Amino acid sequence: MSALVEKLSSKQQDSLIWFKAAAISDFPDDGGACIKYKGYQVAVFNFDNKQRWYACQNLCPHKKEMALARGLTGSCKDEPKVTCPFHKKSFSLHSGESLNEEAYCIKTFPVKVEEGHVYVGFDSSY
Amino acid sequence: MKRIIVIGNGMVGYKFCEKLVASNYAAHYTLTVFGEEPWPAYDRVHLSSYFSEANAEKLYMAPLSWYEAHGIDLRIKELIVGIDRQSKAVISHKGETYFYDYLILATGSGAFVPNIKGIDKKGVFVYRTLEDLEHIMSYGKQVQSATVIGGGLLGLEAAKAVLDMGLSADVVEFASRLMPRQLDEAGAHLLKTKLEQLGIQIHLSKMTTEITGNKAIAGLAFADGTSLETEMLIISAGIRPRDELAQTCGLQVHDRGGFVVNDKLQTSDPYIFAIGEAASVEGIVYGLIAPGVEMARQVANQLMGQEVTPFTSFDMSTKLKLIGVEVGSFGDPLGESEPVETIVFEDKVKGIYKRINISKARKRLVGGVLVGDTSSYGMLLQIVQNQLVLPPNPEDLILGSRGDQTAGSGLGIDALPDSAQICSCENICKSALCGIIASGIEDIGQLKSKSKAGTGCGGCLPLMNDLLKHQLKTMGKVVKNVVCEHFEYTRQELLDIIKVKQIRSFKVLLTEVGQGDGCEICKPLVASLLASTWNEHITKQDTIQDTNDRFLANIQKGGTYSVVPRIPAGEITPDKLIVIGEIAKSYGLYTKITGGQRIDMFGARVEQLPDIWERLIDAGFESGHAYGKSLRTVKSCVGSMWCRYGVQDAVSFAIEIEERYRGLRSPHKLKSAVSGCTRECAEAQSKDFGIIATEKGWNLYVCGNGGTKPQHALLLANDIDSETCIKYIDRFLMFYIKTAEPLNRTATWLNKLEGGIAYLKDVVVNDVLGIGEELEKEMQFVIDTYACEWKEVVNNPELRAKFKPFVNSNEGDPSIKFKALRGQKIPALSQD
Ligand code: SRM
Ligand SMILES: Cc1cc2nc3c(=O)[nH]c(=O)nc-3n(C[C@H](O)[C@H](O)[C@H](O)COP(=O)(O)OP(=O)(O)OC[C@H]3O[C@@H](n4cnc5c(N)ncnc54)[C@H](O)[C@@H]3O)c2cc1C
Ligand code: SF4
Ligand code: FES
Repeated sequence: MSALVEKLSSKQQDSLIWFKAAAISDFPDDGGACIKYKGYQVAVFNFDNKQRWYACQNLCPHKKEMALARGLTGSCKDEPKVTCPFHKKSFSLHSGESLNEEAYCIKTFPVKVEEGHVYVGFDSSY
Repeated sequence: MKRIIVIGNGMVGYKFCEKLVASNYAAHYTLTVFGEEPWPAYDRVHLSSYFSEANAEKLYMAPLSWYEAHGIDLRIKELIVGIDRQSKAVISHKGETYFYDYLILATGSGAFVPNIKGIDKKGVFVYRTLEDLEHIMSYGKQVQSATVIGGGLLGLEAAKAVLDMGLSADVVEFASRLMPRQLDEAGAHLLKTKLEQLGIQIHLSKMTTEITGNKAIAGLAFADGTSLETEMLIISAGIRPRDELAQTCGLQVHDRGGFVVNDKLQTSDPYIFAIGEAASVEGIVYGLIAPGVEMARQVANQLMGQEVTPFTSFDMSTKLKLIGVEVGSFGDPLGESEPVETIVFEDKVKGIYKRINISKARKRLVGGVLVGDTSSYGMLLQIVQNQLVLPPNPEDLILGSRGDQTAGSGLGIDALPDSAQICSCENICKSALCGIIASGIEDIGQLKSKSKAGTGCGGCLPLMNDLLKHQLKTMGKVVKNVVCEHFEYTRQELLDIIKVKQIRSFKVLLTEVGQGDGCEICKPLVASLLASTWNEHITKQDTIQDTNDRFLANIQKGGTYSVVPRIPAGEITPDKLIVIGEIAKSYGLYTKITGGQRIDMFGARVEQLPDIWERLIDAGFESGHAYGKSLRTVKSCVGSMWCRYGVQDAVSFAIEIEERYRGLRSPHKLKSAVSGCTRECAEAQSKDFGIIATEKGWNLYVCGNGGTKPQHALLLANDIDSETCIKYIDRFLMFYIKTAEPLNRTATWLNKLEGGIAYLKDVVVNDVLGIGEELEKEMQFVIDTYACEWKEVVNNPELRAKFKPFVNSNEGDPSIKFKALRGQKIPALSQD
């Protein structure tokens, strides 16, 4: 069963388009920055001196502000999160779910780092 | 599989779904819900917040996806027009038929509209649904005045909304006092005075006979021959249950409206239930949310074969949500249900009226009224509901205990029995909450989401907070004002650690004494501490700053930033004015004179900020720190330079003060003002520290506040010379910086400081702690190391490079859009 899940998820990974966003050094330490992929804005974050990476939509679903890349990052228990600078709504960077028990949620994207560059994975719908 | 149909997707209809979902209904039933309105159920209780937020989704009880996820077939925009009890079916306005096994009527009510001549004129509205609000808002844009008929709970809320729309507001009430069902004469009178101070005109004992005007309303005529001009009318004269479906199927309704139900909430047809404002129980229609939720719960329980208790009567206690005036009415407010003794406390100066009704034997609290201060509402309500035995001096309940500070009235959270209902909206009792707390809850957010308590009207939150703190304490957990989950220390302790261990970065502090990754609470807090202590450039650690501090500018709607150069004391040369004008013109910025005597330029893109500041700095400006928790403005009046009354040179002193403390980072922002004489044109007594000239020198006031909760500053020292004045301010500010909790303005800090202003005087003026010199030295360090943050950014290419929207492109953010207004630009939002 787990083998099947693994196979399925690796298949899903295969179909991702890995977009070469920017050099690692272009990103600030322990914080966020915004990248553009086609017309779409994506917030990319790193934790622990660029050890852990996350990405999500830049648009905050609350008041539709292009803002999340400028938000403060952090954790809530073990859940990595970002907090929108506008009205302090927080979102999990794992699941994209609201951490304020609200109906909002955001899209998250996989990130990988290779040869000094940061890549964000999109499926073909982007 | 049996079928449940719910007619009405209002608050109570939704709560019914929520209760069914919680008990896994799907194995036994299918659930279909009809709603006439164009959106899923929303929070009608907080409808008025739509005026300020204009965001319908924010009010939704649950998003559409919730219904889908729980297998509920929600059909909005579909009105049920008939019920066929024989074949157990309902018919929608589209002509379609749906069959049920059980039918739930949750049709709520509509506004009651009295039959007044001219009621169908343009400009007459009711206040019940989101659509009503949209109509009111759009009509309100074309007029200057509006009147509300009805001085009850809802009418007053509508009047406040009218005021918030910027219109002049009148309230017309038929009875001889406001909120006649909840308040007595004296309480209603005080409420009236307070509302009049807010700018709402109140007309009592007025019976409206006609709405005048041609096509649109122009005024009201009253039975006593008087009249009132008004351009808009909102009717809030009561509710009328939506029981019209009864006519299509012969269900029994009450004379005063509502489907008649028994104590199981069954109508005259046992397969049909009615809940919420559509139901009439023993002749009463409950126009509040809490009884409706209880009805929903009981019907859901019945259908799921769970324990049922008969629904009989329900407490009608209420708090008025009007911002600015606190009003509460609980139990039997007027003492009409039994012979009572009444204890009244009134403070005309502070505008407080409290009344409690106690039983003749002085054993029980029966009810009461609170105006001006409802802080004891939760506790008093609990005492009524749980029939607690009163203390020997029941007046303590409203006076607080006098004299002995520690005595208390003996009726703390401890005295509540386990069965005490804490959250009436969700009907959750004390023991249930205690159980949940014991399972390992640490903060109020967790308690809310685990228990659902406090998620309705929110009125019980203060009590829940007290209970949580109390329980944690009894469980032996130290309740400390720790910063957040990442630091088990108070702000003051962190400051000490930073100093003793000479820590200069967030990361080091986190590794040494913290855990996890930090968050939006501790990061800016530590940033502020580091800045107050070491005064290093804040963008060195830009990602621990709130966005305003990270980009040294205030973020605004649409994602642009504002630029506020410092204009000390509001004094500015014509040349500098011209520079501001030129810069604003070349970047197309919106300009406005601020409430702080300086000029704000709005609408700058993040990548423009360094260029704009470069030009400002060239012209001799520096950062105004409008973005920081630091010194904002020192306002001044023109003082003895020009003014015929001035006794000191207020402008020069204000400039000296502003330049001395500019850039000082503190727990919250700091504001000051200097007035040239006692007429106080600079409003110094509303500032964190304010200075007023006297014949002999200066009077120094501290801990004033405008803002959300205005408070006058208190006199710290009088007739002092400039040097002493500065010495005291140095000490005062440093003492505040060292001891205040995060985001507490000086007023809030003083309110919590044990010993109050007398103690503060002892520390600052009499130096009883012997720390005066040390405080002055610390302040001198910050003053000596001051540098304009923007100047450093402008001259440092590495810092400058951080000001761009995308790391992988040099373009600007295409989502930023503007529209024109009065010859300038303002943000055009995606919602527009
Ligand atoms: C620009 C200005 C309004 C204006 O157009 O006049 C303004 C604008 C803002 N005020 Fe203010 N306040 C402005 C004068 C005031 C005043 C009047 C004064 O200073 O004399 C007050 C009441 C006095 C007081 O603070 O005691 C005031 C009380 C507040 C408060 C409530 C503080 C409180 O203690 O309750 C906030 C919220 C906060 O700081 O948490 C706030 C917050 C804000 C923020 C920063 C909200 C935000 O975080 O985005 C606004 C920034 C708008 C922007 O995009 O730049 N503003 N604000 C004024 C700037 C003055 C200046 O030159 O720096
Ligand atoms: C401005 C305002 C402020 C309030 N403040 C408070 C407060 O502070 N505290 C408090 O306790 N209460 C307050 N209330 C009252 C509270 O909102 C109501 O008690 C509660 O909403 C009643 O819920 P309900 O589901 O019975 O009715 P509603 O919320 O009215 O829902 C009924 C729904 O059924 C729909 N419907 C009716 N007939 C049909 C049909 N035939 N077919 C399909 N759909 C139908 C209606 O369109 C409506 O959407 C306030 C109300 C208002 C308007
Ligand atoms: S400027 Fe101040 S008062 Fe005006 S909307 Fe913003 S925060 Fe509120
Ligand atoms: S826009 Fe993000 S929290 Fe409001």
